[in-house]
Amino acid sequence: MAHDTHHHEGATKRIWQVFGILSLLTIVEVILGIIKPEFLVYNDFVALSLLNWIFIILTIVKAYYITWAFMHMEHESAGLRRTVVWTGVFLICYLIAILLIEGGYIQDVYTNGYITWDF
Amino acid sequence: MDTTAVAQTGTEGKTWGGGNQPLKASYGKLMMWFFITSDALTFSGFLAAYGFSRFKFINEWPIADEVFNHFPFLHGTDAPMYYVALMTFILIFSSVTMVLAVDAGHRMQKSKVVTYMALTILGGAIFLGSQAWEWKNFIKGEYGAVETTSGKILQFVDADGKRVDIEAFTPVAERTRTTHEAKNGLWYASESELIAYDIEDLKTAFKQDENLLVRTMQLNERGEKTVLDREESVKVLDETGKSIILGANLSNNEYGAPLFADFFFFITGFHGFHVLSGVLILIIVFFNVLIGTYEKRGSYEMVEKVGLYWHFVDLVWVFVFTFFYLV
Repeated sequence: MAHDTHHHEGATKRIWQVFGILSLLTIVEVILGIIKPEFLVYNDFVALSLLNWIFIILTIVKAYYITWAFMHMEHESAGLRRTVVWTGVFLICYLIAILLIEGGYIQDVYTNGYITWDF
Repeated sequence: MDTTAVAQTGTEGKTWGGGNQPLKASYGKLMMWFFITSDALTFSGFLAAYGFSRFKFINEWPIADEVFNHFPFLHGTDAPMYYVALMTFILIFSSVTMVLAVDAGHRMQKSKVVTYMALTILGGAIFLGSQAWEWKNFIKGEYGAVETTSGKILQFVDADGKRVDIEAFTPVAERTRTTHEAKNGLWYASESELIAYDIEDLKTAFKQDENLLVRTMQLNERGEKTVLDREESVKVLDETGKSIILGANLSNNEYGAPLFADFFFFITGFHGFHVLSGVLILIIVFFNVLIGTYEKRGSYEMVEKVGLYWHFVDLVWVFVFTFFYLV
Protein backbone atom coordinates (compact mmCIF):
# COMPACT_ATOMS: atom_id res chain seq x y z
CA MET A 1 0.00 0.00 0.00
CA ALA A 2 1.20 3.48 -0.71
CA HIS A 3 1.90 5.13 2.62
CA ASP A 4 3.43 8.52 2.14
CA THR A 5 4.34 10.81 5.00
CA HIS A 6 1.39 13.07 4.50
CA HIS A 7 -1.09 10.19 4.85
CA HIS A 8 0.59 9.10 8.07
CA GLU A 9 0.42 12.46 9.74
CA GLY A 10 -3.28 12.46 8.87
CA ALA A 11 -3.73 8.99 10.35
CA THR A 12 -2.10 9.88 13.68
CA LYS A 13 -4.10 13.08 13.89
CA ARG A 14 -7.30 11.13 13.26
CA ILE A 15 -6.45 8.67 16.08
CA TRP A 16 -6.10 11.45 18.67
CA GLN A 17 -9.18 13.19 17.34
CA VAL A 18 -11.23 10.01 17.77
CA PHE A 19 -9.75 9.50 21.23
CA GLY A 20 -10.96 13.01 22.09
CA ILE A 21 -14.46 12.25 20.81
CA LEU A 22 -14.68 8.92 22.69
CA SER A 23 -13.45 10.53 25.93
CA LEU A 24 -15.88 13.40 25.61
CA LEU A 25 -18.83 11.06 25.01
CA THR A 26 -17.81 8.89 27.98
CA ILE A 27 -17.48 11.94 30.23
CA VAL A 28 -20.93 13.14 29.17
CA GLU A 29 -22.37 9.70 29.94
CA VAL A 30 -20.71 9.54 33.35
CA ILE A 31 -21.83 13.04 34.32
CA LEU A 32 -25.41 12.33 33.26
CA GLY A 33 -25.24 9.00 35.10
CA ILE A 34 -24.18 10.73 38.30
CA ILE A 35 -26.50 13.74 38.35
CA LYS A 36 -29.45 12.02 36.62
CA PRO A 37 -31.43 15.17 35.69
CA GLU A 38 -35.08 14.83 36.75
CA PHE A 39 -36.32 16.09 33.41
CA LEU A 40 -34.54 13.31 31.53
CA VAL A 41 -35.34 10.53 34.00
CA TYR A 42 -39.08 11.15 34.31
CA ASN A 43 -39.89 11.91 30.68
CA ASP A 44 -40.38 8.99 28.35
CA PHE A 45 -40.18 8.67 24.60
CA VAL A 46 -41.47 5.37 23.14
CA ALA A 47 -41.42 3.46 26.45
CA LEU A 48 -37.87 4.50 27.33
CA SER A 49 -36.75 7.47 29.43
CA LEU A 50 -34.97 10.28 27.60
CA LEU A 51 -31.86 9.59 29.69
CA ASN A 52 -31.71 5.99 28.53
CA TRP A 53 -32.20 7.11 24.93
CA ILE A 54 -29.22 9.43 25.32
CA PHE A 55 -27.09 6.65 26.83
CA ILE A 56 -27.94 4.18 24.08
CA ILE A 57 -27.45 6.67 21.24
CA LEU A 58 -24.10 7.85 22.64
CA THR A 59 -23.03 4.20 22.95
CA ILE A 60 -23.85 3.53 19.31
CA VAL A 61 -21.95 6.68 18.30
CA LYS A 62 -18.94 5.40 20.28
CA ALA A 63 -19.26 1.99 18.63
CA TYR A 64 -19.27 3.72 15.24
CA TYR A 65 -16.04 5.58 15.96
CA ILE A 66 -14.28 2.51 17.37
CA THR A 67 -15.23 0.38 14.37
CA TRP A 68 -14.74 2.98 11.66
CA ALA A 69 -11.59 4.73 12.91
CA PHE A 70 -9.77 2.27 15.19
CA MET A 71 -10.65 -0.89 13.29
CA HIS A 72 -10.12 0.93 9.97
CA MET A 73 -13.55 -0.05 8.68
CA GLU A 74 -13.66 3.24 6.76
CA HIS A 75 -10.80 1.99 4.55
CA GLU A 76 -12.31 -1.44 3.86
CA SER A 77 -14.35 -2.22 0.76
CA ALA A 78 -18.08 -1.61 0.84
CA GLY A 79 -18.70 -5.35 0.55
CA LEU A 80 -16.76 -6.16 3.72
CA ARG A 81 -18.39 -3.28 5.58
CA ARG A 82 -21.86 -4.53 4.69
CA THR A 83 -21.02 -8.16 5.44
CA VAL A 84 -20.01 -7.27 9.00
CA VAL A 85 -22.35 -4.40 9.87
CA TRP A 86 -25.61 -5.49 8.28
CA THR A 87 -25.39 -9.02 9.68
CA GLY A 88 -24.96 -7.63 13.16
CA VAL A 89 -27.48 -4.83 12.95
CA PHE A 90 -30.33 -6.91 11.53
CA LEU A 91 -29.87 -9.83 13.90
CA ILE A 92 -29.47 -7.61 16.95
CA CYS A 93 -32.62 -5.62 16.13
CA TYR A 94 -34.58 -8.84 15.77
CA LEU A 95 -33.16 -10.34 18.97
CA ILE A 96 -33.80 -7.23 21.05
CA ALA A 97 -37.33 -6.74 19.76
CA ILE A 98 -38.48 -10.28 20.39
CA LEU A 99 -36.75 -10.77 23.75
CA LEU A 100 -37.77 -7.44 25.24
CA ILE A 101 -41.38 -7.79 24.13
CA GLU A 102 -41.48 -11.29 25.59
CA GLY A 103 -39.85 -10.12 28.85
CA GLY A 104 -42.41 -7.33 29.12
CA TYR A 105 -45.21 -9.81 28.58
CA ILE A 106 -43.98 -12.15 31.34
CA GLN A 107 -43.65 -9.18 33.68
CA ASP A 108 -47.25 -8.31 32.86
CA VAL A 109 -48.39 -11.85 33.72
CA TYR A 110 -46.49 -11.75 37.03
CA THR A 111 -48.01 -8.40 37.94
CA ASN A 112 -51.57 -8.69 36.67
CA GLY A 113 -52.13 -12.42 36.21
CA TYR A 114 -53.58 -14.87 38.68
CA ILE A 115 -50.19 -16.01 39.88
CA THR A 116 -48.87 -15.24 43.34
CA TRP A 117 -45.15 -15.24 43.39
CA ASP A 118 -44.65 -13.22 46.57
CA PHE A 119 -45.64 -15.52 49.41
CA MET B 1 1.23 -4.18 -3.28
CA ASP B 2 -0.13 -7.11 -1.40
CA THR B 3 0.07 -6.83 2.38
CA THR B 4 -0.48 -10.47 3.32
CA ALA B 5 1.75 -11.78 6.05
CA VAL B 6 3.10 -14.65 3.99
CA ALA B 7 5.03 -13.19 1.07
CA GLN B 8 4.17 -15.81 -1.53
CA THR B 9 1.59 -18.57 -1.23
CA GLY B 10 1.63 -19.82 -4.80
CA THR B 11 -2.07 -19.17 -5.09
CA GLU B 12 -1.96 -15.60 -6.35
CA GLY B 13 -4.73 -14.95 -8.79
CA LYS B 14 -6.19 -18.45 -8.54
CA THR B 15 -9.90 -18.18 -7.93
CA TRP B 16 -10.28 -21.31 -5.80
CA GLY B 17 -6.88 -21.24 -4.14
CA GLY B 18 -7.56 -18.37 -1.78
CA GLY B 19 -5.40 -16.10 -3.86
CA ASN B 20 -8.26 -13.84 -4.79
CA GLN B 21 -9.26 -10.96 -2.56
CA PRO B 22 -12.84 -10.21 -3.54
CA LEU B 23 -13.28 -7.95 -0.51
CA LYS B 24 -9.78 -6.46 -0.91
CA ALA B 25 -8.73 -7.69 2.51
CA SER B 26 -6.19 -10.44 3.11
CA TYR B 27 -7.33 -13.90 4.15
CA GLY B 28 -6.21 -13.41 7.76
CA LYS B 29 -7.92 -10.08 8.21
CA LEU B 30 -11.10 -11.33 6.61
CA MET B 31 -11.22 -14.33 8.93
CA MET B 32 -10.65 -12.04 11.92
CA TRP B 33 -13.60 -9.93 10.76
CA PHE B 34 -15.80 -13.01 10.46
CA PHE B 35 -14.76 -14.16 13.93
CA ILE B 36 -15.52 -10.70 15.32
CA THR B 37 -18.94 -10.70 13.67
CA SER B 38 -19.85 -14.05 15.23
CA ASP B 39 -18.46 -13.01 18.61
CA ALA B 40 -20.43 -9.77 18.41
CA LEU B 41 -23.58 -11.82 17.89
CA THR B 42 -22.66 -13.96 20.92
CA PHE B 43 -22.37 -10.91 23.13
CA SER B 44 -25.56 -9.47 21.65
CA GLY B 45 -27.30 -12.69 22.65
CA PHE B 46 -26.01 -12.36 26.21
CA LEU B 47 -26.96 -8.71 26.52
CA ALA B 48 -30.38 -9.30 24.98
CA ALA B 49 -30.93 -12.14 27.47
CA TYR B 50 -29.98 -9.70 30.23
CA GLY B 51 -32.55 -7.29 28.82
CA PHE B 52 -35.16 -10.06 28.77
CA SER B 53 -34.60 -10.90 32.45
CA ARG B 54 -34.54 -7.28 33.40
CA PHE B 55 -37.83 -6.60 31.64
CA LYS B 56 -39.24 -9.66 33.36
CA PHE B 57 -38.36 -8.19 36.78
CA ILE B 58 -38.46 -4.55 35.73
CA ASN B 59 -39.92 -3.41 39.06
CA GLU B 60 -37.48 -5.34 41.27
CA TRP B 61 -34.17 -4.91 39.48
CA PRO B 62 -31.24 -3.65 41.60
CA ILE B 63 -30.17 -0.02 41.12
CA ALA B 64 -26.63 -0.14 39.68
CA ASP B 65 -25.55 3.02 41.52
CA GLU B 66 -26.16 1.28 44.84
CA VAL B 67 -24.31 -1.87 43.82
CA PHE B 68 -21.15 -0.42 42.28
CA ASN B 69 -20.29 2.56 44.44
CA HIS B 70 -16.77 1.75 45.62
CA PHE B 71 -13.52 3.49 44.81
CA PRO B 72 -10.06 2.37 45.94
CA PHE B 73 -8.89 4.02 49.18
CA LEU B 74 -12.21 5.78 49.65
CA HIS B 75 -13.89 3.52 52.18
CA GLY B 76 -17.48 4.20 53.07
CA THR B 77 -17.91 7.01 50.57
CA ASP B 78 -20.67 6.67 48.05
CA ALA B 79 -18.88 6.95 44.70
CA PRO B 80 -21.07 5.50 41.99
CA MET B 81 -19.76 5.38 38.42
CA TYR B 82 -16.29 6.81 39.08
CA TYR B 83 -14.49 3.49 39.21
CA VAL B 84 -16.16 1.99 36.17
CA ALA B 85 -15.59 5.25 34.29
CA LEU B 86 -11.90 4.91 35.13
CA MET B 87 -11.90 1.32 33.84
CA THR B 88 -13.58 2.49 30.63
CA PHE B 89 -10.91 5.13 30.12
CA ILE B 90 -8.14 2.61 30.69
CA LEU B 91 -9.59 0.35 28.02
CA ILE B 92 -10.23 3.18 25.54
CA PHE B 93 -6.69 4.40 26.05
CA SER B 94 -5.27 0.94 25.50
CA SER B 95 -7.23 0.91 22.24
CA VAL B 96 -5.54 4.18 21.27
CA THR B 97 -2.07 2.80 21.95
CA MET B 98 -3.04 -0.31 19.98
CA VAL B 99 -4.07 1.69 16.92
CA LEU B 100 -0.86 3.72 17.25
CA ALA B 101 1.09 0.44 17.22
CA VAL B 102 -0.75 -0.63 14.06
CA ASP B 103 0.02 2.75 12.51
CA ALA B 104 3.71 2.46 13.41
CA GLY B 105 3.65 -1.03 11.89
CA HIS B 106 2.45 0.40 8.58
CA ARG B 107 5.50 2.64 8.62
CA MET B 108 7.77 -0.31 9.59
CA GLN B 109 8.96 1.46 12.75
CA LYS B 110 9.80 -1.48 14.96
CA SER B 111 10.75 0.41 18.11
CA LYS B 112 7.51 2.39 18.11
CA VAL B 113 5.47 -0.79 17.62
CA VAL B 114 7.27 -2.27 20.64
CA THR B 115 6.55 0.74 22.85
CA TYR B 116 2.91 1.08 21.93
CA MET B 117 2.25 -2.65 22.24
CA ALA B 118 3.85 -2.70 25.68
CA LEU B 119 1.55 0.15 26.74
CA THR B 120 -1.45 -1.74 25.37
CA ILE B 121 -0.54 -4.87 27.32
CA LEU B 122 -0.11 -2.75 30.45
CA GLY B 123 -3.53 -1.17 29.94
CA GLY B 124 -5.12 -4.59 29.48
CA ALA B 125 -3.48 -5.90 32.65
CA ILE B 126 -4.66 -2.89 34.68
CA PHE B 127 -8.18 -3.37 33.35
CA LEU B 128 -8.17 -7.05 34.37
CA GLY B 129 -6.98 -6.12 37.87
CA SER B 130 -9.72 -3.49 38.14
CA GLN B 131 -12.31 -6.01 37.14
CA ALA B 132 -11.07 -8.45 39.77
CA TRP B 133 -11.41 -5.72 42.39
CA GLU B 134 -14.93 -4.93 41.21
CA TRP B 135 -15.86 -8.61 41.51
CA LYS B 136 -14.34 -8.79 44.98
CA ASN B 137 -16.51 -5.90 46.21
CA PHE B 138 -19.61 -7.38 44.65
CA ILE B 139 -19.00 -10.85 46.11
CA LYS B 140 -18.20 -9.49 49.57
CA GLY B 141 -21.24 -7.24 49.69
CA GLU B 142 -21.71 -4.30 51.96
CA TYR B 143 -24.79 -4.14 54.19
CA GLY B 144 -26.14 -7.67 54.10
CA ALA B 145 -29.81 -8.52 53.58
CA VAL B 146 -32.48 -11.07 54.44
CA GLU B 147 -33.96 -13.48 51.93
CA THR B 148 -37.68 -14.21 52.20
CA THR B 149 -39.49 -17.50 51.70
CA SER B 150 -40.37 -16.43 48.14
CA GLY B 151 -36.77 -15.58 47.34
CA LYS B 152 -37.15 -11.83 47.64
CA ILE B 153 -34.64 -9.60 49.37
CA LEU B 154 -35.29 -7.37 52.40
CA GLN B 155 -32.78 -4.65 53.17
CA PHE B 156 -32.60 -2.40 56.23
CA VAL B 157 -32.70 1.36 56.52
CA ASP B 158 -32.95 3.83 59.40
CA ALA B 159 -35.63 6.51 59.79
CA ASP B 160 -33.80 8.81 57.35
CA GLY B 161 -33.77 6.13 54.67
CA LYS B 162 -30.01 5.49 55.02
CA ARG B 163 -28.87 1.89 54.60
CA VAL B 164 -28.01 0.02 57.80
CA ASP B 165 -25.51 -2.82 58.00
CA ILE B 166 -27.11 -5.89 59.56
CA GLU B 167 -23.98 -6.40 61.63
CA ALA B 168 -24.50 -2.97 63.14
CA PHE B 169 -27.73 -3.88 64.91
CA THR B 170 -27.55 -7.64 65.36
CA PRO B 171 -25.65 -8.64 68.49
CA VAL B 172 -23.25 -11.56 68.34
CA ALA B 173 -24.94 -14.57 69.89
CA GLU B 174 -23.42 -17.34 71.97
CA ARG B 175 -22.42 -20.22 69.75
CA THR B 176 -21.76 -23.79 70.76
CA ARG B 177 -19.79 -24.82 67.69
CA THR B 178 -17.40 -23.32 65.18
CA THR B 179 -17.40 -23.53 61.41
CA HIS B 180 -16.40 -26.92 60.08
CA GLU B 181 -13.27 -26.68 57.99
CA ALA B 182 -11.93 -29.39 55.72
CA LYS B 183 -8.51 -29.19 57.34
CA ASN B 184 -9.89 -29.90 60.82
CA GLY B 185 -12.55 -32.48 60.10
CA LEU B 186 -13.98 -34.57 57.33
CA TRP B 187 -12.12 -33.42 54.25
CA TYR B 188 -14.97 -34.28 51.90
CA ALA B 189 -17.64 -32.44 53.87
CA SER B 190 -18.03 -28.71 53.66
CA GLU B 191 -20.29 -26.02 55.00
CA SER B 192 -20.56 -22.32 54.46
CA GLU B 193 -19.02 -20.09 57.09
CA LEU B 194 -21.12 -19.87 60.26
CA ILE B 195 -21.82 -16.26 60.99
CA ALA B 196 -21.95 -15.05 64.55
CA TYR B 197 -25.73 -14.62 64.51
CA ASP B 198 -28.66 -16.20 62.73
CA ILE B 199 -31.95 -15.03 61.33
CA GLU B 200 -33.73 -15.37 64.69
CA ASP B 201 -31.14 -13.14 66.41
CA LEU B 202 -31.64 -10.62 63.64
CA LYS B 203 -35.43 -10.66 63.99
CA THR B 204 -35.23 -10.15 67.76
CA ALA B 205 -32.77 -7.29 67.41
CA PHE B 206 -34.90 -5.69 64.72
CA LYS B 207 -37.98 -5.72 66.96
CA GLN B 208 -36.10 -3.96 69.74
CA ASP B 209 -34.72 -1.12 67.63
CA GLU B 210 -37.62 1.24 66.85
CA ASN B 211 -35.54 3.17 64.34
CA LEU B 212 -35.15 0.40 61.82
CA LEU B 213 -37.30 -0.12 58.75
CA VAL B 214 -37.41 -2.72 56.00
CA ARG B 215 -36.74 -1.80 52.39
CA THR B 216 -38.12 -4.19 49.76
CA MET B 217 -36.95 -4.90 46.20
CA GLN B 218 -40.04 -3.22 44.79
CA LEU B 219 -39.37 -0.02 42.85
CA ASN B 220 -41.97 2.74 43.26
CA GLU B 221 -43.13 4.98 40.43
CA ARG B 222 -40.13 7.26 40.98
CA GLY B 223 -37.77 4.34 40.48
CA GLU B 224 -36.76 4.17 44.15
CA LYS B 225 -36.92 1.13 46.41
CA THR B 226 -40.04 0.96 48.63
CA VAL B 227 -39.53 1.48 52.37
CA LEU B 228 -42.22 -0.12 54.56
CA ASP B 229 -43.53 1.59 57.68
CA ARG B 230 -42.46 0.29 61.08
CA GLU B 231 -45.48 -1.92 61.77
CA GLU B 232 -45.37 -3.55 58.37
CA SER B 233 -41.58 -3.91 58.52
CA VAL B 234 -41.78 -5.99 61.70
CA LYS B 235 -44.61 -8.08 60.27
CA VAL B 236 -42.98 -8.78 56.90
CA LEU B 237 -39.60 -9.60 58.41
CA ASP B 238 -41.14 -11.86 61.06
CA GLU B 239 -43.40 -13.77 58.70
CA THR B 240 -41.27 -14.11 55.58
CA GLY B 241 -37.64 -13.68 56.66
CA LYS B 242 -35.84 -16.96 55.94
CA SER B 243 -32.08 -16.49 55.90
CA ILE B 244 -29.30 -13.94 56.03
CA ILE B 245 -27.50 -13.08 52.79
CA LEU B 246 -24.05 -11.51 52.80
CA GLY B 247 -22.73 -10.39 49.43
CA ALA B 248 -23.50 -11.95 46.09
CA ASN B 249 -22.96 -15.31 44.45
CA LEU B 250 -24.66 -17.34 41.75
CA SER B 251 -27.68 -18.29 43.89
CA ASN B 252 -28.17 -15.34 46.24
CA ASN B 253 -27.55 -11.66 45.98
CA GLU B 254 -27.95 -9.15 48.79
CA TYR B 255 -28.56 -6.35 46.27
CA GLY B 256 -31.73 -7.85 44.83
CA ALA B 257 -32.65 -10.27 42.06
CA PRO B 258 -30.18 -13.21 41.96
CA LEU B 259 -30.40 -13.07 38.16
CA PHE B 260 -28.65 -9.72 38.28
CA ALA B 261 -25.62 -11.34 39.89
CA ASP B 262 -25.71 -14.27 37.46
CA PHE B 263 -25.69 -12.00 34.44
CA PHE B 264 -23.08 -9.73 35.96
CA PHE B 265 -20.72 -12.62 36.64
CA PHE B 266 -21.37 -14.26 33.30
CA ILE B 267 -21.19 -11.26 30.98
CA THR B 268 -18.37 -9.35 32.67
CA GLY B 269 -16.62 -12.69 33.21
CA PHE B 270 -16.91 -13.62 29.56
CA HIS B 271 -15.70 -10.17 28.58
CA GLY B 272 -12.84 -10.42 31.08
CA PHE B 273 -11.91 -13.76 29.53
CA HIS B 274 -11.71 -12.02 26.16
CA VAL B 275 -9.48 -9.34 27.66
CA LEU B 276 -7.28 -12.04 29.19
CA SER B 277 -6.91 -13.93 25.91
CA GLY B 278 -6.33 -10.60 24.15
CA VAL B 279 -3.49 -9.81 26.54
CA LEU B 280 -1.97 -13.27 25.99
CA ILE B 281 -2.13 -12.94 22.18
CA LEU B 282 -0.71 -9.43 22.46
CA ILE B 283 2.21 -10.78 24.50
CA ILE B 284 2.96 -13.45 21.88
CA VAL B 285 2.83 -10.91 19.05
CA PHE B 286 4.88 -8.50 21.17
CA PHE B 287 7.73 -11.03 21.44
CA ASN B 288 7.48 -11.76 17.73
CA VAL B 289 7.90 -8.05 17.08
CA LEU B 290 10.89 -7.98 19.43
CA ILE B 291 12.71 -10.82 17.68
CA GLY B 292 11.97 -9.21 14.34
CA THR B 293 9.64 -11.81 12.82
CA TYR B 294 7.46 -9.22 11.12
CA GLU B 295 10.43 -7.06 10.13
CA LYS B 296 11.77 -10.08 8.20
CA ARG B 297 8.35 -10.81 6.77
CA GLY B 298 8.16 -7.25 5.54
CA SER B 299 4.71 -6.67 6.98
CA TYR B 300 3.24 -5.98 10.41
CA GLU B 301 -0.16 -7.35 9.46
CA MET B 302 -0.21 -9.64 12.49
CA VAL B 303 -0.19 -6.56 14.73
CA GLU B 304 -3.13 -5.27 12.73
CA LYS B 305 -5.07 -8.51 13.25
CA VAL B 306 -4.53 -8.67 17.00
CA GLY B 307 -5.40 -4.96 16.97
CA LEU B 308 -8.77 -5.74 15.41
CA TYR B 309 -9.47 -8.21 18.21
CA TRP B 310 -8.36 -5.76 20.87
CA HIS B 311 -10.61 -2.97 19.54
CA PHE B 312 -13.47 -5.42 19.48
CA VAL B 313 -12.95 -6.16 23.17
CA ASP B 314 -13.09 -2.41 23.81
CA LEU B 315 -16.24 -2.18 21.69
CA VAL B 316 -17.97 -4.86 23.76
CA TRP B 317 -17.01 -3.09 26.97
CA VAL B 318 -18.66 0.10 25.72
CA PHE B 319 -21.94 -1.82 25.54
CA VAL B 320 -21.47 -3.71 28.81
CA PHE B 321 -20.75 -0.36 30.51
CA THR B 322 -23.97 1.13 29.14
CA PHE B 323 -26.27 -1.76 29.96
CA PHE B 324 -24.90 -2.70 33.39
CA TYR B 325 -24.00 0.68 34.82
CA LEU B 326 -25.92 3.42 33.01
CA VAL B 327 -29.30 2.32 31.72
